[in-house]
Amino acid sequence: MAMQEIEVTINGTRYEEMVEPRMLLSDFLREVCGLTGTHVGCEHGVCGACTVVLDDAAVRSCLIFAVQADDRSILTVEGLAQNGELTTLQKNFKENHGLQCGFCTSGILMAATDFIEKKPEADSQEIKEMLSGHLCRCTGYDGIVKAVEKTIEENKNSVKELNT
Amino acid sequence: MKPAKFDYHRPDNLPDALRLLDEAGFDGKIIAGGQSLVPIMNMRLATPECLIDINGLTDLDFIECKDHVVKIGAMTRQSQVEDSEVVGQNIPLLKEAVPFIGHVQTRNRGTIGGSIVHADPSAELPLVLMTLGGKVKISSGDEERIVDAEDFFITYLTTDLMPTEILTEIHIPVWEGQTGHSFMEVARRHGDFALVAASCQMAVDEVGRIGNVRLALGGVEAIPFLIEDAQTVLCGEQLTEGLIEQLAEIVGESVEPESDLHASEEYRRHLAKVLTSRTLRQAYERARG
Ligand SMILES: Cc1cc2nc3c(=O)[nH]c(=O)nc-3n(C[C@@H](O)[C@H](O)[C@H](O)COP(=O)(O)OP(=O)(O)OC[C@H]3O[C@@H](n4cnc5c(N)ncnc54)[C@H](O)[C@@H]3O)c2cc1C
Ligand code: FES
Ligand code: FES
Repeated sequence: MAMQEIEVTINGTRYEEMVEPRMLLSDFLREVCGLTGTHVGCEHGVCGACTVVLDDAAVRSCLIFAVQADDRSILTVEGLAQNGELTTLQKNFKENHGLQCGFCTSGILMAATDFIEKKPEADSQEIKEMLSGHLCRCTGYDGIVKAVEKTIEENKNSVKELNT
Repeated sequence: MKPAKFDYHRPDNLPDALRLLDEAGFDGKIIAGGQSLVPIMNMRLATPECLIDINGLTDLDFIECKDHVVKIGAMTRQSQVEDSEVVGQNIPLLKEAVPFIGHVQTRNRGTIGGSIVHADPSAELPLVLMTLGGKVKISSGDEERIVDAEDFFITYLTTDLMPTEILTEIHIPVWEGQTGHSFMEVARRHGDFALVAASCQMAVDEVGRIGNVRLALGGVEAIPFLIEDAQTVLCGEQLTEGLIEQLAEIVGESVEPESDLHASEEYRRHLAKVLTSRTLRQAYERARG
């Protein structure tokens, strides 16, 4: 089929591109937009490496076609840090050994960013359930769980400080 | 792993979607959440020539409860059902089952309708629909029909739906009175498809006699099925360990699981018995409060 024109907002920047309907959103991000922070592992929804936030939900970008993202907005790992300053979650990944090779990291950061926003009080069990959607071959997950727990704790403390 | 070429349409209303589907005939395929369809397209196990994307059909995204029936639009995301108060209050069994479907990240996209039409033998939603005696509403160009869950699932990944039809809603009756529910499954890892899943809904009277009970199993045979004997053995009785054992034996003798690479026939039979006992026990305890 003919190429179709799409307009997508990614990390606040508008992209207007022609795509074939069969192009996966993960390939669009990496190959058309040059945003290679989103990784591709399995291409069938199992590993979670390709996770991005579409509108207001973390989803697998390998299970969505780029045409389906027309008129939508997307947040990828490149959109997290502002002016070179890491988010609390990113900082905690760094400090708690939440990553080694980093292949799984961008997907986990995106899922966890969305998760913490929706469940600011999440406990360890809920964190682990959320992480079950991601495969990490290096860390053993311990550091990842700690990084998310610590972020939730710090967010709670900063809310408390704001209120006092 | 890239999908083969296809034509793509994104209608914004049901009549247009049905017309496009009718025009495409056997070459057409609906895409809802894409969480089952896109993996098999990426692997080229499916190569539809024309995809009709129903994500623009926002009318099919709703949850409501009227006249003791909860209706859920086909395009409602699984995560919306998980978070829904209407569902939590009226069909707690469904709320308990949804977190077993894949992962947060797949439930954010996967839909109610998609899971039911996909009809995986281990899938949670078809099992719950069967347990609660739910129905599905189906539309085609010129008619609408309502089908009972018991008549909808035919065999592995196959339902009563015709290629020119779209599933638009599911309907689940709300149980009144003193009721209890239980959903349990055994899977290799959290989020994997169940090896065996069991689902139970029960109503009891003030002295704990069972008035109505529905027990269904998934992952055991080609489609989820009700254990009819649960009604005959348990109705009018207070649940005892003896009755639980009796029913588990009946289940063990009557089910016909298959061996596959995930589990042997014997192991599935064993799980069917164990999960039958556990769900009965938990549903009863909850009904007794
Ligand atoms: C890693 C992973 C783990 C998973 N684990 C589980 C699990 O444990 N349990 C489980 O049940 N599922 C599981 N799934 C599948 C589940 O996520 C899917 O959401 C569901 O099976 C299909 O719903 P969908 O909306 O994504 O449908 P799609 O993938 O878009 O469609 C599935 C099929 O249904 C048809 N279809 C969809 N909607 C309609 C409609 N309204 N009318 C007519 N036809 C329609 C499509 O044409 C297609 O044939 C998993 C998926 C992944 C990627
Ligand atoms: S690449 Fe998308 S889930 Fe593995
Ligand atoms: S850090 Fe290497 S896969 Fe997770």
